[in-house]
Amino acid sequence: MIRLRIVKRQEPLGWSSCLVILAAIGLSLFLSAVLLALRGAPPVAGILALFKGAFGSTYAIEDSLGKAIPIYLCSLGVAIAFRLKIWNIGAEGQFALGAVGATWMALSFPHWPWYVLQPAMIVMAVTAGGAWGMIPAILRQRLKTNEIIVTLMMNYIAILFLDYLVYGIWKDPTSFGFPMTATFSLQAIVGKIGTSNISWGLFHCLSLGGIFWIFFRFTRVGFEIKAGGDSVRAARYAGLPYDRLVMLVMTLSGGLAGWAGFLEVSSTINRLQPSIMVGYGYTAIVVAWLARLNPLSIGVAAFLLAGLRVGVENLQLDLQIPAAFGNIMEGLILISVLAAGMFIIYRPVLEKK
Amino acid sequence: MSPDILIPLLAATVQSGTPILYATLGEIITEKSGVLNLGVEGVMLLGALTGFAVALYTGNPLLAFMAAGICGALAASVHGIVCLWFQGNQVVSGLALTILGTGLANYLGTPFLGRTAPGFGPMPIPLLSKIPTLGPIFFNQDPLVYITYALPVIIALFIGSTRWGLGLRAAGEYPAAATAAGLNVQGYRWAGILIGGFLMGLGGAYLSLAYTHLWTNNLTAGRGWIAVALVIFAFWKPGRAMFGAYLFGGIMALQLRMQAAGTTLPSSLLLMLPYALTIIVLVFSSWRRGTNEEPAALGVNVEPID
Repeated sequence: MIRLRIVKRQEPLGWSSCLVILAAIGLSLFLSAVLLALRGAPPVAGILALFKGAFGSTYAIEDSLGKAIPIYLCSLGVAIAFRLKIWNIGAEGQFALGAVGATWMALSFPHWPWYVLQPAMIVMAVTAGGAWGMIPAILRQRLKTNEIIVTLMMNYIAILFLDYLVYGIWKDPTSFGFPMTATFSLQAIVGKIGTSNISWGLFHCLSLGGIFWIFFRFTRVGFEIKAGGDSVRAARYAGLPYDRLVMLVMTLSGGLAGWAGFLEVSSTINRLQPSIMVGYGYTAIVVAWLARLNPLSIGVAAFLLAGLRVGVENLQLDLQIPAAFGNIMEGLILISVLAAGMFIIYRPVLEKK
Repeated sequence: MSPDILIPLLAATVQSGTPILYATLGEIITEKSGVLNLGVEGVMLLGALTGFAVALYTGNPLLAFMAAGICGALAASVHGIVCLWFQGNQVVSGLALTILGTGLANYLGTPFLGRTAPGFGPMPIPLLSKIPTLGPIFFNQDPLVYITYALPVIIALFIGSTRWGLGLRAAGEYPAAATAAGLNVQGYRWAGILIGGFLMGLGGAYLSLAYTHLWTNNLTAGRGWIAVALVIFAFWKPGRAMFGAYLFGGIMALQLRMQAAGTTLPSSLLLMLPYALTIIVLVFSSWRRGTNEEPAALGVNVEPID
């Protein structure tokens, strides 16, 4: 009898792990195509239309980049927490709170010059998002509550709070009853780069990504976070301030998601409305994990998954495919890459008995 | 509150607690075997959709309910394949399962949006339903609710007093020792995942077959996550899960009543209640040190031996 067994490799796969991951993505694309066929849509043409819609024209690429910006910042935040093995699932809520904080500044002080107002909006957004991230950290530290569930519940609460504001006290009286705030003043709006359709938010992403890299590469605290993530017990034994690190990563994590919320309200739609909550915070988790928490790879993965969203919008128009198709593909990619990870550490062997 | 308001409210409490109870019991069994399945939300939604679709096409609610359970077990088996066969991280796999399950249910469910399907209605138990106060609250429900009166006891007995339950707990507490003692740890973990998924699917189907009787996107609205939290609140004990589920059922029923009664409170603030309660419940369980009851090897994969 021949039987399949898995054996640990002497060394984990190096560059060829890229092949394993590509195969996994290929498998999830194949399964997605099968799902298209199930609905009677042409599978191959559908997947091609998805790619074309995402990256096939200047307009499409600009659109994908625009969606990649909030995903990138949320994902960078998530990655900081994940490096310490703290499961912050709350980027979605921290993003909402950031948007609320930025909106509060923009609506309260519309006449401030842009170089004062915009930094103030950023500070407010980062503070609001950071505070929303800090609450689960405090609960975890003081009471050992599970941060996965607390951050997730706080997402629901944050989104409902945003709804409460735009359906209630912040509703624009001239919006004909639509739940949205008034349009921001010109000073509160982050402009586009040159004549392109790309917001200066891209520049924010590049700077923050650079700071992230420097922080983990060259600072003591950055090193402590990585060490703490590798082994909690070793970190405690070495006298690292583990509890303070948890607070720090959750606050930074929430702050970055809050920054993304600021960019979303002040560069993409120029007002606050419930439709900004489209699950960027959850996509950010997928991105962070696929990119193995590396800031450069997070950029690539954020762009690809943003493209997936744009491509699915295209499919919705062309083939009447529901928007949930995007979630399915995200889930399939994450699951297959996760499973494929085994082949990087283990290898299958056939043995005769 | 007068009894003619309170009794219907408590009856609604039992009803809206029931889907959460099914899911919580499922997650307890899975976690007892040492596997953390955060995909409950996705598994429940797939169960809800399957139940609804089968009821619509066959007109047989009981068949639909069972089909939902089988679909739940199949959906949960994805988690088993990733974590037990491929050694994937259990947290990430569970999240991915939620994303995938939610997406699949909303994708495949579009033809059913806004339609209604046959389901379960109240079936008063003779004599028992005539008991004052308790009768109308507990014994004037649909048959699926009656199942959940027995289920926690059966599960507690199974886990606590059978060989099979002992094996399950061993796989969750100390898999290395269990393996050394000749137990098939992966087998027990598979059983935990599949039985758990079956119950989660039933919980989802309760929503579409007995609670709303119609299909909408994201029908579960976070109940799967509440179930994950309730496992901790229940200290992994089926009996306490019942208490926790009714606590949530109560707050959900109350919130609906208050909305219907037209309070001045905005609905978005009322809708926050169950989620806020989840956090409070978690804080409470940690404060009572219930987390000490957590299976020691929860979330830890068993590496294959060379």
